Amino acid sequence: MPTRKNEEWRFANINSFTLDGYDFVLPEKAIGSQELAEKSDVISNPSGQIIFADNKPILQDVDNDLKTKGVIWEPLSEALKHHSDILKDYFMAQNLHLGSEKFAALHSAFISDGYLLYVPKGLVIDRPFIANHWAVSDKAAIFPHTLVIAEESSTVTLIDTFNAKLPTQENFICAFSHFLAGANATINHRAFQNWGTKTLGIHINAATTGKDATVNSLGVNLGCQHLRSEHQSLLQGDGSHIEMLSLCVANNDQELDQRTLQSHRAAHTTSNLLYKNALMDKSKTIFSGLIKVAEEAQQTDAYQTNRNLLLSTTAEANALPGLEIKADDVKCSHGATTGQIDEDQLFYMLARGIDPHKARELLVFGFFEEIISKIGDNELADYIRELIQTKFQHM
Amino acid sequence: MSQLEIKNLNVSIGEKPILNDFSLTVPKGEVHAIMGPNGTGKSTLGKALAGHPDYTVSSGEALLDGLSLLDLEPDEISRAGLFMAFQYPNEIPGVSIANFIRAAVQARLDEGENLVATEYYKDLYHQMDLLKIDRKFTSRSVNEGFSGGEKKRCEILQMAMLKPSYAILDETDSGLDIDALKIVSDGVNKLRGENLGILLITHYQRLLEYIVPDKVHVMWDGRIVKSGDKDLALELESNGYDWIKELAPANA
Repeated sequence: MPTRKNEEWRFANINSFTLDGYDFVLPEKAIGSQELAEKSDVISNPSGQIIFADNKPILQDVDNDLKTKGVIWEPLSEALKHHSDILKDYFMAQNLHLGSEKFAALHSAFISDGYLLYVPKGLVIDRPFIANHWAVSDKAAIFPHTLVIAEESSTVTLIDTFNAKLPTQENFICAFSHFLAGANATINHRAFQNWGTKTLGIHINAATTGKDATVNSLGVNLGCQHLRSEHQSLLQGDGSHIEMLSLCVANNDQELDQRTLQSHRAAHTTSNLLYKNALMDKSKTIFSGLIKVAEEAQQTDAYQTNRNLLLSTTAEANALPGLEIKADDVKCSHGATTGQIDEDQLFYMLARGIDPHKARELLVFGFFEEIISKIGDNELADYIRELIQTKFQHM
Repeated sequence: MSQLEIKNLNVSIGEKPILNDFSLTVPKGEVHAIMGPNGTGKSTLGKALAGHPDYTVSSGEALLDGLSLLDLEPDEISRAGLFMAFQYPNEIPGVSIANFIRAAVQARLDEGENLVATEYYKDLYHQMDLLKIDRKFTSRSVNEGFSGGEKKRCEILQMAMLKPSYAILDETDSGLDIDALKIVSDGVNKLRGENLGILLITHYQRLLEYIVPDKVHVMWDGRIVKSGDKDLALELESNGYDWIKELAPANA
């Protein structure tokens, strides 16, 4: 287990990191459920969908036309049979830099399934793929795995949803997502994390870009008792771009520990990070972000912003922004702000008859709109608003 | 009983008294104007009645159709039927006009009752057209980047949508050019009627040429010192505010 003396785990409440009491070996039988399938209906006409229940695929579907064109959209258990050559090269192949190396080893040891999305050269896919990860059994340890490879000049959008069958469920989650964007390729990733409220979650994301490639990611974090979220972006190819967006609503005594890395390793690379957290009750967030610019990464353009909105006097937001720059011709900026609800704005809403709870909810939506409006997909934007609204309704 | 009745209201900000035994009655269906120089407590009156937490009411009464407003929270006061058009409406980034007004309209429905979106938008667009507000404004953030005139029109739009029984319009004419003033005044005049009592707070007589009041009150040092019909505004305009200082009883 990590300790707080380690810089990468500073401020984190490590005491809750015990793995005792979780079931690491789950029954062989997959839990098929019509109910889960219905609840997984997030977007219309996906290019492909896989639903996992306790890590086992219970439904999979892919657009046949895309399949003929060489798209691979399969659970890892199948991909291992048909595409072991790809997995051999890419499975857990990215070095991790944010502190979760041990959890990577744990993940590799216990992973039972996951999926591979492979998009061949030049293929531009409009409709998103979606994977719905369900935690069904209480106390189950679950190891979701996402591997996305977008070949040269391809474009793909992928949605991961992470949900518990029961809202108060207790699970141990150790999820890894790897994104490899080839030259001039674009990967858009949207992750909606809504695990049970007693869950300990580790979510590790790693993205690598080729020349002129783009990886846009959005994370929405609502669930878990304690979430460790790591997000590393390695800009390997000249002219590549990474966008990292995240929004979180934390309440009760939730703790959300966010660590990010924007590592610029090539010239003319750009990255833009915006993490917004709204905190209620006694919740706590940690944002620790590093922009790292290598000597050869001249004319890097990197931004990092963390904004925290405190909706209670007992909530705690920690921000540790950082820069490490070895090139001399770069534009970098980072900033973190933590503030409370604007009392004048609140009064203005009350003066229109909106009750205080609803007014705060609207102000939180307003706070997040900057991120939600960037998605450019109304259906998904509405889905995100609905997720947040549901969380508010249960407060 | 159908009146907004303020009796001997004493209001302070911190230690500083602003309203001194202020009394005024606005019957439903009438338009009253309060005029007075800066710093005499006109805006305090509006904010105190709206329940702003910075204003302390030490004594007195404020009754809306007999209901005591002083016991209510700001959102309850609004839902009880008092609308406040602010002199400086706040900007709320990220919250669209449509969602903001919708939440306010929804707040007036009974629990379990849901707003019908199509009817809501029909009403909203209708009122926007009357106030010559571009329909694109529905998706813009509340007051963010609005000109002075746009903000004031948006206040009147909210008033039109929320259908209050009494409205206080605080310096609704300030910052408006003549065209905007006409549009805003037209909007207010359309809402005028037997089911609405209006209190206009204004610095200048100009507004009262467009919204002709039933009564005019002159305020000085936290209370009404003279009341009359609409001609009082003209008298005030020609004599200036120094004139009313002489009307005010000496405050020992």
